Amino acid sequence: MSKQFQFKLVLLGLAIFLYCLSILNVYPGESAVGKSSLVLRFVKDQFDDYRESTIGAAFLTQTVTLEDQTTVKFEIWDTAGQERYKSLAPMYYRNANCAVVVYDITQSASLEKARNWIRELQRQADPSIVIALCGNKSDLSARRQVSQEEAKKYADEEGLMWGETSAKTGEGVSDIFTAIAKKLPLTAPPTARASAARGTTGARSGVDLNKQPADQNQNEPCNC
Amino acid sequence: MDEEYDVIVLGTGLTECVLSGLLSKEGKKVLHMDRNDYYGGDSASLNLTQLYRKFRPGQEPPSELGRDRDYAVDLIPKFIIASGELTQILVHTDVTRYLEFKQIAGSFVYREGKISKVPSTEMEAVRSPLMGLFEKRRAKKFFEFLQSWKDEDPTTHQGINLDRDTMKTVYEKFGLEAGTQDFIGHAMALYLDDDYITKPARATYERIVLYTSSMARYGKSPYIYPLYGLGELPQSFARLSAIYGGTYMLDKPIDEIVTDGEGKFIGVRSGAETVKARQVIGDPSYFGAGKATEGKVRVVDEGKVVRAICVLKHPIPETEDADSCQIIIPQNQVGRRNDIYIAMVSSTHNVCSKGIYIAIVSTIVETDKPELEIAPGLKLLGPIHDKRVVILTNYMPSLTRPSL
Repeated sequence: MSKQFQFKLVLLGLAIFLYCLSILNVYPGESAVGKSSLVLRFVKDQFDDYRESTIGAAFLTQTVTLEDQTTVKFEIWDTAGQERYKSLAPMYYRNANCAVVVYDITQSASLEKARNWIRELQRQADPSIVIALCGNKSDLSARRQVSQEEAKKYADEEGLMWGETSAKTGEGVSDIFTAIAKKLPLTAPPTARASAARGTTGARSGVDLNKQPADQNQNEPCNC
Repeated sequence: MDEEYDVIVLGTGLTECVLSGLLSKEGKKVLHMDRNDYYGGDSASLNLTQLYRKFRPGQEPPSELGRDRDYAVDLIPKFIIASGELTQILVHTDVTRYLEFKQIAGSFVYREGKISKVPSTEMEAVRSPLMGLFEKRRAKKFFEFLQSWKDEDPTTHQGINLDRDTMKTVYEKFGLEAGTQDFIGHAMALYLDDDYITKPARATYERIVLYTSSMARYGKSPYIYPLYGLGELPQSFARLSAIYGGTYMLDKPIDEIVTDGEGKFIGVRSGAETVKARQVIGDPSYFGAGKATEGKVRVVDEGKVVRAICVLKHPIPETEDADSCQIIIPQNQVGRRNDIYIAMVSSTHNVCSKGIYIAIVSTIVETDKPELEIAPGLKLLGPIHDKRVVILTNYMPSLTRPSL
């Protein structure tokens, strides 16, 4: 039987312009950034040039299957409207197993912002968190302001994973999530990990509010 | 801050966050601000560093209390009644996906110097020392009457009209003793004073039904509590607001509610910046509460509450070592007008280190010596390792409806 694991993944970092929208000369506002496209590319395997943000998505989930048939399910938490003024709630970091911090390779200031988010993660999140630094918009290397060497050096110093992606073409996107899946501790009993990343309707040690009292009588085995 | 919003919400307490979430979900452009650098306002749960900064500035938390991040100490005690309105809001808005709840292990009531568990099963009811044998029979008849009540079936009414007859009439019909009335009205209907007795019985009936159905839902006690403290509740609604486009700005001093010549709201000023919106909502502290403001008085004083946040190194005595509990001291038992409440939680609910218990004793202030008023509650706790007493004024808007 193949093993299944579930992890909470938090996504941070503000790339200032979603380049495809800037090409269209549409100023999307700061909440519509490359990182949201990155999630959508990963989750839906599509890229929507016009998508403004991840409005309404409580969190997205996606499953990666490794070579040994182990499946890793990510519960991806976007920062939504709490990132712009650095007003993330502690709840966001709570029980996060892994994090992807996105910067924009065409904006050197975005790497500095990413460094701040990484410091925040190191301060607030569990020390065992796996962090990946991710340079987005690799398809725009002609306008590159952040060199691969610079980013990689920083990532190595801080013990982070590092990669470049293009949410536009899809290049590198699934690689970074697969790499995270491989680095996570897939040794604990699956159920324990699943309940550590809370939020879905999995097994809980506490009480389930969504379960109405009447449900308890409806779960009787059926004789048909 | 040069954008214009539909609504500015000031303060990230539970009420403000619920409203912010609902407004954002409805499609309104919401800016949500707080003067503190943490979520929750008065309904926050603080870690040790924040707790010391608030109550004992300049003093370091002692290392014997354990890790800072293990703490989430509530400033306001609140247990959630399992079948109540808040639970319905949590389920309806789907914020339960961000939260995890556990039961409160027991609900207790003080009577003649002793505390006893509010029975959660029939077996416990039979063994309970709260009533004598004959009184138990009378109480059983009373509860059977409530349980079988159907509005549309007059044969279940036994001559009582819930909308006209007072609770006093109902108590008298079943011949219940004063102590039993205290128990029913305060430990089950959760009234803080005795005003309900002379009012129509319907409201009390509904509160008892709520209590018993909540008790039946998960057993042990009618209450549930969120892991990591009550501060998780406003955060979950803030996240709801944020994912529907709400913008969050913490650590932002609010210097002025800007109005035009006719007193109509224009915007909110922070330092030299003013952000505009069509409406403003907020907790009273942002509208001049506690300060003599020139011009229109926006909030009025509605009495005071005293709370003692106590750190214990043991469970509360006589509670069967419960890891969490509520104790109600009905006002009649200690010669007061308002009840005293004790709410205790511990590491079971991820709010403190192992071996530490956090109890909050609170009541509505009746005299000029508030700390003495909670003494009967403090006495039940056993040795108190550390204590912080807070006296807070409750404020209400002076306008009952917004002037549009």
